[in-house]
Amino acid sequence: MIKSGLKKLYMGLVFIFLYAPIVTLIVFSFNDSKSRAKWEGFTLKWYANMFHDPVIVKSLYYTLIIALIAAIVATLIGTFAAIGIHYMKKWFRGIVMNITYLPVLNPDIVTGIGLMLLFILINLKLGFESLLLAHITFCIPYVIISVLPKLKQLTPNTFEAALDLGATPFQTIWKVIVPEISPGIVTGFLLSFTLSLDDFVISYFTTGNGVQTLSITIYTMTKRGIKPEINALSTILFAAILVLLILINRRPGKNNVLLD
Amino acid sequence: MKKILLLVLSIALVFLVGCNKDSKEETVTLNVFNWGDYIGEETIAKFEEETGIKVNYEMFDSNEAMYTKLKSGAVDYDVLIPSDYMIEKLISEDMLLELDMNNIDNFKYVDDTFKGLAYDPDNKYSVAYMWGTLGILYNTEMVTEPVDSWNILWDEKYADSIIMKDSVRDSFVPALKLMGESINTMDEGKWEEALKMLQAQKAIVQGYAADEVRDKMIGEEAALSIMYSGEALLTMEENENLAYVVPKEGSNMWFDAMCIPKTAKNKAAAEQFINFMTRPDIAFENADYIGYSTPITEAKKMLDPEIQNDPAAYPSADILEQCEVFIDLGQKMTDFTLEKWNELKAY
Repeated sequence: MIKSGLKKLYMGLVFIFLYAPIVTLIVFSFNDSKSRAKWEGFTLKWYANMFHDPVIVKSLYYTLIIALIAAIVATLIGTFAAIGIHYMKKWFRGIVMNITYLPVLNPDIVTGIGLMLLFILINLKLGFESLLLAHITFCIPYVIISVLPKLKQLTPNTFEAALDLGATPFQTIWKVIVPEISPGIVTGFLLSFTLSLDDFVISYFTTGNGVQTLSITIYTMTKRGIKPEINALSTILFAAILVLLILINRRPGKNNVLLD
Repeated sequence: MKKILLLVLSIALVFLVGCNKDSKEETVTLNVFNWGDYIGEETIAKFEEETGIKVNYEMFDSNEAMYTKLKSGAVDYDVLIPSDYMIEKLISEDMLLELDMNNIDNFKYVDDTFKGLAYDPDNKYSVAYMWGTLGILYNTEMVTEPVDSWNILWDEKYADSIIMKDSVRDSFVPALKLMGESINTMDEGKWEEALKMLQAQKAIVQGYAADEVRDKMIGEEAALSIMYSGEALLTMEENENLAYVVPKEGSNMWFDAMCIPKTAKNKAAAEQFINFMTRPDIAFENADYIGYSTPITEAKKMLDPEIQNDPAAYPSADILEQCEVFIDLGQKMTDFTLEKWNELKAY
């Protein structure tokens, strides 16, 4: 009895630590005062103001476009890479996996400056394209890492069995392998999407030409303090991601992504 | 299968649309690099409308981050708006272009107090954008006597309620100014003397803090602290008992100023931008939105009288006369001041 009470308390504490900041942010997005120190009544004005601020609207646009395209492209490349890596010889797979983990462990600042120098070297003007390439680059390893375990769970001979029963290699991939590993692919996609939304350091060094993501806009606001409109925007983003996750988890007949 | 095809096609479409936009750009574009949230909301749109020049507006969060990106040469910036000491550094590294003041006619509106400042003595490279001071932020409930001198930071009544800045140059300002010295003095003896004063003060100082000062002042954990006016303005918004003052002995003045780096592709358009930002009606809108002090007298006159007459934002001419801009002391002297700073911290 006591043991289970303790368990619940522990769980409760974990959730409080995880969600208290988000709840605070949501509550203050309705605060009538600019200050984050005290409550001065309910208002929706920050939600209305937000859409009139050209800088915020433009950053939101770039953030979503970049995150969406980067996540889609990284998921495609990462999934095929994972399938390739899965069927490699064991020693070679070890080497490739280490190379895959390296960018994940590498500090963002190194990746950011490295990419910037590379773009300068190949004479690619910093802007939308370079930012997108950078985001795809840092998302790919995460897709590989989320897809590989699903491949390991496959019955080893599924591939041969499908070929044996007359499927072409292409059909085998699309009709047999991909459906089996789809929870891993979805996880990889969502992970890429959120990582891309989050990133500041790499984005800062690889963007140019007036293209700014939300995280750059928010970080650079430190000189004069974060605007309350950002609370409103964050609340909307949080709600959107929550709805997205619920929809994905409610898909009939699909495995639960969150529990994977 | 169809869905995937659709995805691939839509990606291709986005790229095509993106490329199209690029190829259509035949108008002049200007790359402007400024602090985040540091320009009026309509200002850029107005400039674009008036001149037909397209502005690519980018933001940075610190002078150092700006410097790294500028130095990499990745983007050809046309206009930068860094702080005073960074401009001095850029000038000494020969990274700025000389301005042609014939193209910046509105320079005449810049108040004479803000011309020929130490970081750019001949006004060859920069035009001031916003300015402010270093002063004392204090809690009017905890400090009931009038605050007008750095002296109060040595008052034992406020033992353990005083926060100094965790920065060499800033923390020595009160001592040097009380001695009636320049904050840029090259006299080692004066620094020794100032160190003695600060060592005597250390017993009643709560701490030498950086960013946490704001939270402590809002939470009323301290009565007095030294702070920059821009930061003080933000802090005062969150606790109505706080007030800011520039002591009568004078202080440090800081500037953010517009300049053109050597990488600029469109010097004429860049000068047009600087000229536009210096025009009184635009400078007014800008100052009204940002809330910092504007160096344009005509623009200041358009502000709410309450702000114009607020000594926190616009200190009197007598006090301003005592204020100085930090200038680079050179490697040898900087090392010496750091040594003194360490002596203070270890005291």
